[in-house]
Amino acid sequence: MAKKLYKGNEAVAEAAIQAGCRYFFGYPITPQNEIPEYMARRMPKVGGTFLQAESEVAAINMVYGAGGSGARVMTSSSSPGVSLKQEGISYIAGAEVPCVIVNMVRGGPGLGSIQPAQSDYFQATKGGGHGDYHLVVYAPGGIQEAVDLTMKAFDTADLYRMPVMILGDGMIGQMMEPAEIPEDYQPIVTDKSWATTGGGRRVINSLYIQPDELERVNLRLQKKYALIKEKETMYDEYLTEDAELIFAAYGTTARICQSAINMLRADGVKAGLIRPITLWPFPDAPFAAAAARDGVKKFLTVEMSCGQMIEDVKLSVGGRKEVAFYGRTGGMIPMPRDVYHYALSVMR
Amino acid sequence: MAVVFKKTSMLTDVPLHYCPGCTHGIIHRLVAESIEELGAADKAIGVAPVGCAVFAYNYFNCDMQEAAHGRAPAVATGIKRVNRDCVVFTYQGDGDLASIGTAEIVHAAARGENITVIFVNNGIYGMTGGQMAPTTLPGQVTTTSPYGRDTSHCGYPIGISELLSTLKAPSFIERVSVHDVKNVVNAKRAIKEAFRRQIDGKGFSLVEVLSTCPTNWGMNPLDALKWLEANMIPYYPLGNYKDRDKEAASK
Amino acid sequence: MAKLTFASEICKGCGLCVNACPKKLLELDKSRINKKGYNPVHITDQAACVACAACARMCPDCVITVER
Repeated sequence: MAKKLYKGNEAVAEAAIQAGCRYFFGYPITPQNEIPEYMARRMPKVGGTFLQAESEVAAINMVYGAGGSGARVMTSSSSPGVSLKQEGISYIAGAEVPCVIVNMVRGGPGLGSIQPAQSDYFQATKGGGHGDYHLVVYAPGGIQEAVDLTMKAFDTADLYRMPVMILGDGMIGQMMEPAEIPEDYQPIVTDKSWATTGGGRRVINSLYIQPDELERVNLRLQKKYALIKEKETMYDEYLTEDAELIFAAYGTTARICQSAINMLRADGVKAGLIRPITLWPFPDAPFAAAAARDGVKKFLTVEMSCGQMIEDVKLSVGGRKEVAFYGRTGGMIPMPRDVYHYALSVMR
Repeated sequence: MAVVFKKTSMLTDVPLHYCPGCTHGIIHRLVAESIEELGAADKAIGVAPVGCAVFAYNYFNCDMQEAAHGRAPAVATGIKRVNRDCVVFTYQGDGDLASIGTAEIVHAAARGENITVIFVNNGIYGMTGGQMAPTTLPGQVTTTSPYGRDTSHCGYPIGISELLSTLKAPSFIERVSVHDVKNVVNAKRAIKEAFRRQIDGKGFSLVEVLSTCPTNWGMNPLDALKWLEANMIPYYPLGNYKDRDKEAASK
Repeated sequence: MAKLTFASEICKGCGLCVNACPKKLLELDKSRINKKGYNPVHITDQAACVACAACARMCPDCVITVER
């Protein structure tokens, strides 16, 4: 199959459909509007359902109902809207309902801006809603990867019966790149006898009024999360083998860092990049391994935020090496040259 | 001997947790009987609310989902869109439906979502200990309106049946009561009709059932029935508020 | 000839059935306390019952089965 030029948001939407998603519930918010718009056009043609909800709150609860009925279902939004969804996400995690949630992150806090940002890292990876739960969070670094991870997200959600998030940003959502969306994707088939499809006595629920019972449920969830950490952690490395400076960056900023690394290498500075693809589970092993190498002098975390992922990088590095930070915020995007200059100052 | 009355098999054997004399139990029974009598037992999916009826998933003998506070109509929407041949219902109290869930109920009704909503209005938050509800009557004392509901401070009760009946899409909206046998029988008729509309694909149906809360009203169960009749019915008149079948017939 | 059967252990003694009986044949049995701690309902004159089931229709807990 030939590559086609796709806008990120539309690629994610079509990838979802190719992964068997037939229900989409959403609400307009910039910069992800192309996803619900695409779904509105496309779903009726594949026998699916697109419904524009009255709010992000309603949309995520429609996802809960549809996912609880065993369907492959998705919603998408951007930062302020994803804040509204947190209640539902917590219930979905508690009730162990599979679904996919896309967040094309924009600047915050509050109404913030409509430009790309990475300031929802804490929200996505540290719970967001109430309770002891996690989402698997995929952070695509380009349109092809957004396609691949969106399709994978549905399998992961079904396999572990949990909500999975695609954490992009306004850049990933809005930019265009060639990508290939497989049309012969075979979704994994899981047992969904737990789903409410009528005629049974099944209960989709997150209420356990007896504390010992809720503790048992939470400990079981933690076991599941440990298994996911073992099996599903994803990352990429770029020129780290001989690197003295290790960048840590994901998504859009990882691409910017790659350009900066090429500039640094041209100047003789041995720089490399560890790029988490799953933000949760966070790939701490490659960071720990790099921190243990004598040749590695420093780490530099680059984010479009005031410093969120850096906390996980520091935890992984474990105090063995210095972890510096460079960030832009509010919807500002760092230029490779800015990162390059900052890296030089760090290594001086 | 012939059985004149026995418990419907659409209710489980789990004893209800409701306080003595609380009319939730009657309403549960009417919903369950209606589903059974309409032959929908094998395709019913219910959505429980947050509030006193939060454990409804333990009682209705069918597939159930437990929703976040006020979100049951959105959850039911998701369920129904996937299971178009199933009979999907929500069971919600007044705090759940008429306060935190106003957006979800209004839009489910406006879409004509083909679900049935059982709305239990007892004018108070029961589960949390008797706080003021959006349906609390003017002057009524609750734990958060200890001097009586002051309408100059927090406005007037919301008439959900009146409000939703202004929408075009709903097929059937009726307000009933369960304060005596005659009204219980009538409530059953309305609830059954509401489910029938869904089964016939007519769209959104809602039955508002006036109900008691002896514990938080601070009355014995019999006085609570009398209080409902004397105080709630004048403010919340019983009757049909919307019937698209009749509207169509009269045109 | 009518017969009422009571699931006495789940009766909460609320008295809605007592009030509903048109022939005033039901009362809370003050001589008994069930596992829940309530005085359960009983019938005082089975022979006088006409099996109208008004009691059962008002019972919030489905305690009463009516046969005729």
